[in-house]
Amino acid sequence: MSFIPNTDSDRAAMLEAVGKPSVADLFHDVPASHRFPKLDLPPALSEQEVLVELDTLARANADCGALPCFLGAGAYRHFIPSVVDYVISRSEFATAYTPYQPEISQGTLQAIFEYQSMIARLTGMEVSNASHYDGATSTAEAVIMALNVAQGQRRRVVLSAGLHPHYREVVRTYTQGMDLQIIGDDEDTGPLELASRCDSATACVVVQSPDFFGRIIAPAVLTELAKKVHACGALLVAAVNPVSLGVLAPPGEAGVDVAVGEGQALGNAMSFGGPYLGFFAFRREHVRKSSGRIAGETVDGAGRRGFVFTLSTREQHIRREKATSNICTNQSLNALAAAAYLAALGPRGLAQVAELCWHKAHYAAGKIGAVPGFRAEKAEFFHEFTVSCPIAPAEINRRLFETHGIIGGYDLSADYPAEKFPARKNQMLFCCTEVNTRAEIDRLASALAEVSHA
Amino acid sequence: MPEPLLFEKSRPGRAGVSIPACDVPQTPVPATLRRAALDLPEVSEVDVVRHYLRLAHLNYCVDEGLYPLGSCTMKYNPKVNEAAARLPGFARLHPLQDPSTAQGAMRLLFELQGMISEIGGFDAVSLQPSAGAHGELTGILIMRAWHASRGDARRTRILVPDSAHGTNPASTTMAGLEVVEIPSDARGNVDLMHLRAQLDERTAGLMLTNPNTLGLFDENLLAITHLVHEAGGLVYGDGANFNAILGVAKPGLMGIDVMHFNLHKTFSTPHGGGGPGSGAVGVVKALADFLPGPVVSHAGKDAGAGYAWSTPGRSVGRVKSFHGNFGVLVRAYTYIRMLGPDGLREVAENAVLNANYLQARLKDTYPVPHGDRTCMHEFVAQGRIAGAPDVRALDVSKRLIDYGFHPPTNYFPLIVHEALMIEPTETENRETLDRFVEAMQSIAREAAAEPALLHDAPHASPVRRLDEVKAARELKLTAEKAAGR
Repeated sequence: MSFIPNTDSDRAAMLEAVGKPSVADLFHDVPASHRFPKLDLPPALSEQEVLVELDTLARANADCGALPCFLGAGAYRHFIPSVVDYVISRSEFATAYTPYQPEISQGTLQAIFEYQSMIARLTGMEVSNASHYDGATSTAEAVIMALNVAQGQRRRVVLSAGLHPHYREVVRTYTQGMDLQIIGDDEDTGPLELASRCDSATACVVVQSPDFFGRIIAPAVLTELAKKVHACGALLVAAVNPVSLGVLAPPGEAGVDVAVGEGQALGNAMSFGGPYLGFFAFRREHVRKSSGRIAGETVDGAGRRGFVFTLSTREQHIRREKATSNICTNQSLNALAAAAYLAALGPRGLAQVAELCWHKAHYAAGKIGAVPGFRAEKAEFFHEFTVSCPIAPAEINRRLFETHGIIGGYDLSADYPAEKFPARKNQMLFCCTEVNTRAEIDRLASALAEVSHA
Repeated sequence: MPEPLLFEKSRPGRAGVSIPACDVPQTPVPATLRRAALDLPEVSEVDVVRHYLRLAHLNYCVDEGLYPLGSCTMKYNPKVNEAAARLPGFARLHPLQDPSTAQGAMRLLFELQGMISEIGGFDAVSLQPSAGAHGELTGILIMRAWHASRGDARRTRILVPDSAHGTNPASTTMAGLEVVEIPSDARGNVDLMHLRAQLDERTAGLMLTNPNTLGLFDENLLAITHLVHEAGGLVYGDGANFNAILGVAKPGLMGIDVMHFNLHKTFSTPHGGGGPGSGAVGVVKALADFLPGPVVSHAGKDAGAGYAWSTPGRSVGRVKSFHGNFGVLVRAYTYIRMLGPDGLREVAENAVLNANYLQARLKDTYPVPHGDRTCMHEFVAQGRIAGAPDVRALDVSKRLIDYGFHPPTNYFPLIVHEALMIEPTETENRETLDRFVEAMQSIAREAAAEPALLHDAPHASPVRRLDEVKAARELKLTAEKAAGR
C-alpha cells in the first residue's frame, strides 16, 4: 500500500499533458547506469499485517508502564492526562508544517506563544524559545549562545560533573570544531568550587539542579554561584527539571542567565528516548544571540491580536553561515504536549505532582537505606538519589528483573568509573515519581534485601 | 473570533486534573528550597479542550488539503503510523532499560538502520540526529573528523551551492568550517567551472542537495562527485529532497559519502507544526567508524546476546541524549514495511509526475525559469504576472489562501527572483492538482484586473496579514502577567 491516489488512467492523462511517453522517462537526468536499482527490502505488507508485526516487536520489550520501574537518569515516568494526547492528536496541530504562513497558522503560533510564556514563568526567566531537540542539545545551544554573547573572545567552558553525562558529551560533540577548552567535570566538586575555575577566558559555567545524582543546588548557593560567575564576566547556565519547579525555587530568581532542560517529563511519553523537547529560557538582554524559533505578539491589518515568528534575522534561513544556530525543525508537537500538560495540571496540580515525587522518593530512600549493605547518599534531593550497594548494581538489576519483575535503578559505573570517581563505586541512581506506589517501593526494598544476599 | 490566551481564561481555584492522595509518610520540603507562587493558568479540563480545539480551527493542515510547500514534502501521513508509535511496548519504554528487556525495540532500530542503508546505498546508518539540520551538523563533523584522522588539517572549507538551504552554511559554521559558495549554471546545475576553480587542498568537501531546491536533478552529478573526490574532498548529500528519487537511485552509489535522510518528510511522520523529525545519517564504509553512537549492532544469529548498543571506534560523539527520536523511527519503519520496494519507487514516480503535471499546466501563466527541463518532485515558478507589475509572489501566495490552499514556499531558493517553490507530493490526486491550477490561473486574471484583491489578501483567513515589523520592534514574547499576581 503506497497511499497514492493516481490511477493508471490518471497517469496516462498526466503524462500526455507533460509530453512524456512513460513515467520512467521523467528520470532521464539520473545517470542511466544508476537508474532504478534493485531494493533489497522485504515485500509490502497490509495495515493488518504490519500491525501484527509491530505488536510482536512491541511485546518483546518490558513495558515500564506495566512494571514497577525505578529508572530516571534523564527520562521520567509520569502520569499523562488523557487530554494531552487528545490535543496533540488533532490533525490541525499534528499535520501542519512550521507556521510559515501565519494567517492560517494562528493555532500553532498562539500555542507556541503560550508555551513560551509557561516555560518563562516556570523557570523564572524572561524569554523562552519554541524548543530545541532535547535537554542535551538545549544545553549545547546555551553554551554556544554564551560564546556568542562573549563575541568569540572567551574560549573556555566549565561543566559540572553533575551535569547529565549525555549533555556533557553533546556539548563536546557540538563544539568540537570551535577550538574550546572544556573543563570542570573531571572531578565531582561542589557548585561553588566551579566558580574558582572561572576566569576572564570563561564564557559560561554549566550546572544542573537537581543534578544527575539527584542533588539540589540550594537557591542560596545558586545565587552565590551566579554572582561569582558574573564577577568573571561569564554566564551561568542551569539545567533544571521542570516538574521539580512545581515546588522548588526557579533558577531565574537565583540570577541564572540561561535555564535549559529536558521537557519530556511534561506530558511526553518516554518512548525509548524520544521525541522529547529541550526547553530554553533566558534573560531578555540576550535575545538577539539566542537560537531557535521564537513566537511574538503583533496585530493584523484589522488591528486584531495575532502571532508570528519573530527575530528571524538570527536564523539560518535568513542569516545562513552567520546564523546563531542551524536549527530549523524543532520539537513543536512535544512542546504543545508540554503546554497542554501544564494547562491541565495548573500550578496546584504541578505542585501536587512535585510533592508526590518528593515524598515517594524520600520514603524510598529511607526504605532502601535501611536494607543492610545499602546506603543512600546524604544530600537534598528531589525525586532521584544515589545508593551505594553491597554488590555490583548490574547484578542487582538483573536479579531484580528476573526474580521480581522489577526494573531497578540506573547503574552509574559506565558514566562514573570507580577508578576516577571512587565515591561512586557500586552506586545506583533510583528515581520515584507520583506513579510509584508505596506497595512497589516496599517490594523493591524487600527484593533488594533478598538479591543482595543471594 | 480570536481565542483568548489560556492565561486570560484562568480563574483561581480551577484545575483540569485530579491528583491521587499521597500513600507514603510525608517528608516536608524545606522552606529554603521552595518557590513562591507559580503563575500558570488555572483552568478546568473542558477549558483546555475548548481552548486547543478553537486554536486548532485557526490552522490549515495537510489532513485538510493540498500543502504544496516546496522542499518540505508535505505528503499525507498514514494513520497507522500513529497507532504503531503509540503501542504501549514502544511508548512506555525507558531509554536506559537493560537492552535484554528492549530487544523488540532494538530489533526495529537495527532493521531500520539496514533498510535506510539499502535505500540510500550506504554501509552504515546512525538514527540519532533529530532533524535534517541536526543530521547536517553530524555529517559535517564526520567529514571533519575523517580528514583529521588522516592528519590533514588544511581542509577547512566546505563548498555550498547558492541554491542550498540556509541550514547547509549554518551547519558548516557550527562545525567550525568555512563556507565557500558555488554558483549555479544556466541550466540550474552546479557550475562546474566554478567548482573546479574552488577545489584544492583546502577543500573538506561539498554539500549537495540533489535534486536541488530548483527541483532539478544535477545533470553532472557523477562528474561533480568525481571532481570532489579527485581533489581529496568528501561529498555530503542533503536528503531534504530524497522523496524524488526513492527507489530511483541510490546516492551512496553515485559518489555521495554521507547523507542525512529527513525521515519525517520522506518516510512520513506528521510535521507537528514544526517537529519532531529525524535526520538519520548514512555513510559509506570509510566513514562508518565516525558515526555518532550508540548504534544497534547484532552479534549474529548464533550469539545469545541479541541486539546490543555499540559506539563506533572513532565516533564524533553523541549528538543527542539516548537513541534518537524513537517515535519517529517507529513511524518510518512502519511506512517502509507497508510500501515495500515497489511502493517506495511508486512514491518517487508519482511525486515527480505530479510536479511535472503542475509545471506543464502552470508555466504558461507563471514563468518557470527552468521550465524547459523535466523537474523532479518540485519546481520553482515566479510570482510575476504579465500586466500586473505591482503583484509579487507574496501576493499570489496570500491570495491562494482564499482559494483554500496552503501557499507554496515563497522567496526560496534565493537565486530565483520572486520564487514560488511548488511541491505537490505523491499523495495528491489529479482533481486536486487541477483545482490548484485553476486557482492559480484565476489569481493571475485577478492580478491584472483587480490587483488590490491580491495585495489585501488573504480575506478568508482567521486573521489578515500580520505586522511582522511591529512584532520585531516591540518584542512581546510572553503573555503579560495579570495585575496583582
